[in-house]
Amino acid sequence: MLELHDICRSFSGRQVLHDVSLTAERGQLTGFVGGNGAGKTTTMRIILGVLAPDSGQMQLDGVELGSQARSRFGYMPSERGLYPKMKVAEQITYLARLHGYSKPEATHRAVDLLSQLGLSGRLKDPLEALSLGNQQRVQIAASLVHEPDVLILDEPFSGLDPFAVDLVLKVLSDKAASGAVVLFSSHQLDVVERLCDDLVIIGDGKVLAAGGREDLRRRHGTLRYEIASEADLSWVQSRTGIRTDESHENRVVFRAEESAAQELLRDALQRGPVTSFVPVLPTLSEIFREFTNDSAPTVPQEASR
Amino acid sequence: MSTATVRESQLSSKTRLSTLAATRLVALREISTQVRSKSFIISTLITVLIIVGGIVATGFFGGDDDDEQIPVVTTGISQDVQQQVEEAGFSVTAADSMPEAEQLLRDGDVDAIVTADQDSPVGVRVIGVDEAPTAAAQQLSVAPTVEVLEAGGTDSVMRYFAAMGFGLVFMFVAMGSGVMIMQNTIQEKQNRIVEILLSAIPARALLAGKILGNSVLALMQALIMGGSAALGLAVSGQLAFLQMLSWPMLWFLLFFIPGFVLIASVFAASASLVSRQEDSGSVMTPAMMLVMVPYFVVLIFLDNEFAMMVSSYIPFTAPVSMSMRLFDDAVEWFEPIISMGLLVLTTALVMALAAKIYSRSLLKMGQRVKLTAAFASND
Repeated sequence: MLELHDICRSFSGRQVLHDVSLTAERGQLTGFVGGNGAGKTTTMRIILGVLAPDSGQMQLDGVELGSQARSRFGYMPSERGLYPKMKVAEQITYLARLHGYSKPEATHRAVDLLSQLGLSGRLKDPLEALSLGNQQRVQIAASLVHEPDVLILDEPFSGLDPFAVDLVLKVLSDKAASGAVVLFSSHQLDVVERLCDDLVIIGDGKVLAAGGREDLRRRHGTLRYEIASEADLSWVQSRTGIRTDESHENRVVFRAEESAAQELLRDALQRGPVTSFVPVLPTLSEIFREFTNDSAPTVPQEASR
Repeated sequence: MSTATVRESQLSSKTRLSTLAATRLVALREISTQVRSKSFIISTLITVLIIVGGIVATGFFGGDDDDEQIPVVTTGISQDVQQQVEEAGFSVTAADSMPEAEQLLRDGDVDAIVTADQDSPVGVRVIGVDEAPTAAAQQLSVAPTVEVLEAGGTDSVMRYFAAMGFGLVFMFVAMGSGVMIMQNTIQEKQNRIVEILLSAIPARALLAGKILGNSVLALMQALIMGGSAALGLAVSGQLAFLQMLSWPMLWFLLFFIPGFVLIASVFAASASLVSRQEDSGSVMTPAMMLVMVPYFVVLIFLDNEFAMMVSSYIPFTAPVSMSMRLFDDAVEWFEPIISMGLLVLTTALVMALAAKIYSRSLLKMGQRVKLTAAFASND
């Protein structure tokens, strides 16, 4: 388990992280969401030791995070980058060696991994000769070649074609299944919602909410109900104490206090058979919007899609 | 992607690299990528060709063929004079009579006839066919004894060439490698691989590796240049020149190493301040000045002893100026040692500063990082 406690960080006098605390469990995917400039990349760089925190502690499995543990971290930066003119296999081998593998072992691992990613025919080509999709695969190889125990990925899905998205998804799930810590940030909230077991929402350098996905959905956002009946439901609109979001003849989605909702259900039962009555949990984007609206008046468009 | 057994076996075999090992790896990559690049191979070949070709050509066109003996025929001179002529470096044929000698001359077997002449101050007359036999005459002339009050040991043309040589080699190599370091640093920053690198190794290992790799390359280039010069001199038979150069040459190499590391640190730190190749101009100019100054100093102040003395203690100009003074034999024995000490000290200081700037601005993208901001940061 990766833990951050009260991490603070300033850049030239401007504080960008305020007491950031979060945990990422082994064996599951942890999503890290927040608008532009919320502090995601800075937090990730601090976890990786690329930047130093001004204060705060970090632990992996209860042990203070040091360079030894960090040598088993894999990182994919948001703006991808490798040496454009270096040959693909040579490049990945070099990175493996920087992570401490001996030369023959590094070569073996690099070739193996690149072949698994479907690049066995391109090993001796310079990176810049590859298509963008294939360059992304090399980038994935770069973050995996040293068999990381903790994977930190900054926007791993941005700019990927659907095939590459599937590939990355598979890689992440496999890594998590093998017991690694997988923390990734994304603007694509639908993806995060679909994939992540745990979520951390950050805004303006502060952790706004964190926890299990379902738990967050239950705790945050406005609770809504959906009721469907064989009888006409148009009367619901004019009822006091509730607000309808969607209204059809036989189906209505509305917001209300729990007691008001129960009362509405009783009335509906008297008018005809109710086929379904369920609470509608807020989507992640709704929760996200709620938080970011609270913390920052201007929410970047791409963050709240 | 992996099985548990694979993971276990891998776990045992890898350890966190020490800074030293990481430095070595970075240096090796710098060297191997550059040595294999076409531009490097071609430019090195061209440099060798120009140096060897240039020296051989100057030797061929400029040098007189001293060793070749001028064939002359003597006639009607005493045994003593005959011997003197032989000692003067002629290949001498003796003829019994003037007509016989004339026949040899007209046939082209000899260049001149040397015969006795009472009216000449030297006592002999030199006869040619259709033009005055100047070469032979000069060799027989008597010249007054020449003496220079302040003997420098080396003549001025040679000094000039030596100064050019030291200055040019240092400038070319430092400039070439400096630009290479700058480009590599900006490239790493521009395409963000620097984040991946820094997540694996410390920034100072990256900087040290870059400097080490490029210093080795630079030294190699300097040796290749020196070697080509030596080869050129050997081929054209100017070995005396070579012997004279050897001592200062060794000092030059000694000075070259810290001198180059100093320049390399400046280039790397400057480069880390910008994030795009397009912005490199503003940080490149000051570094370039540092590289060109030593060359112009020795060329301009070659005859100004005071300026040479001062510049031989300034770390940036010391490698060239001190080598030049050593070549002139114009230094006390302790002077190069003090100068070297100053240079090494400055280099260490600048390297520490460079490491600071480098690690603090490497991740700052966008605008050029101000030096003050780099120092104020606490990474």
